[in-house]
Amino acid sequence: MPIVLFRVDERLIHGQVVVGWGGPLHVDRIMVVDDEIAASPWEQELYCLGVPPEIDASFLSVADARRLLPTWRDEPRRVVVLVRDVGTTARIAEGGLLRDEEVNLGGIHHAAGRDRVLPYLFLSPAERDQLRALAVDGVNLSARDLPGSRRVPLDELLAGG
Amino acid sequence: MSEEVRGLIVAHSTLAEGMVAAVRQISGVDDGALRPLTNEGKGPEGLMEAVNRELGDAPAIIFTDLPSGSCAFAARKLSITRPRTGIVCGVNLAILLDFVFHRDLPLPQLVDRLVEKGRAGIYGTHKEGAEHADRALSR
Repeated sequence: MPIVLFRVDERLIHGQVVVGWGGPLHVDRIMVVDDEIAASPWEQELYCLGVPPEIDASFLSVADARRLLPTWRDEPRRVVVLVRDVGTTARIAEGGLLRDEEVNLGGIHHAAGRDRVLPYLFLSPAERDQLRALAVDGVNLSARDLPGSRRVPLDELLAGG
Repeated sequence: MSEEVRGLIVAHSTLAEGMVAAVRQISGVDDGALRPLTNEGKGPEGLMEAVNRELGDAPAIIFTDLPSGSCAFAARKLSITRPRTGIVCGVNLAILLDFVFHRDLPLPQLVDRLVEKGRAGIYGTHKEGAEHADRALSR
């Protein structure tokens, strides 16, 4: 079973992911890839409060995720991978590890230096460059907050930016 | 006399705004002690900053729509470092109406009371049980 959703979302585990995507995709496992949270048991505990009992959640560093990611693609269970930002995605993708993977930009919110692209997507010039580099590396990038929303391809997201 | 507790509803979309308006309409209390905040357009850090800003230094209860998700996460994370902060998740009107009239209670006592009021404010029946429910209510 391939990874059913690889999502960039600052909020990581929250309603849109668990209910909006988790239901239609019949998710079995959520892998949160984040160095800070992987080292913070109390934050993991907070995030786990939002996970239904039928779904397993794990928290991994980028290094561990890079080691384990190929095995997730061979798992019988349906896996969602969550990262909080474009930078983490770029680190995971080093060496072509995410080539041909569909990466969903689901929630990057307003912050200093970021411009609005969609209501749920704000990008800085550095993040735009990182996304372009990922695309050159063979990663399929698009934005969509929920399964019923329109998929907005990267070309369209970066047009005019 | 202890400082009165402030309330902040943190919820998805326009739910918090609607709840505050409903509380004002029903209770007639309009002293600004209960405020709404939407999570819309805010990342985790932005939401925590907004909650912190709204609460100021007063003792406060953060009400959230769901027990998990971005609103509850921000409330729980903030409460770790912010003193005199209570959290009530799964907020309903029964909770809020009781809150606006009992803000003078000590925070721990108030939180326990509101959770109890909220649970009591949920009632359900169905067609097959309706006769029985009516009988129970008439006693």
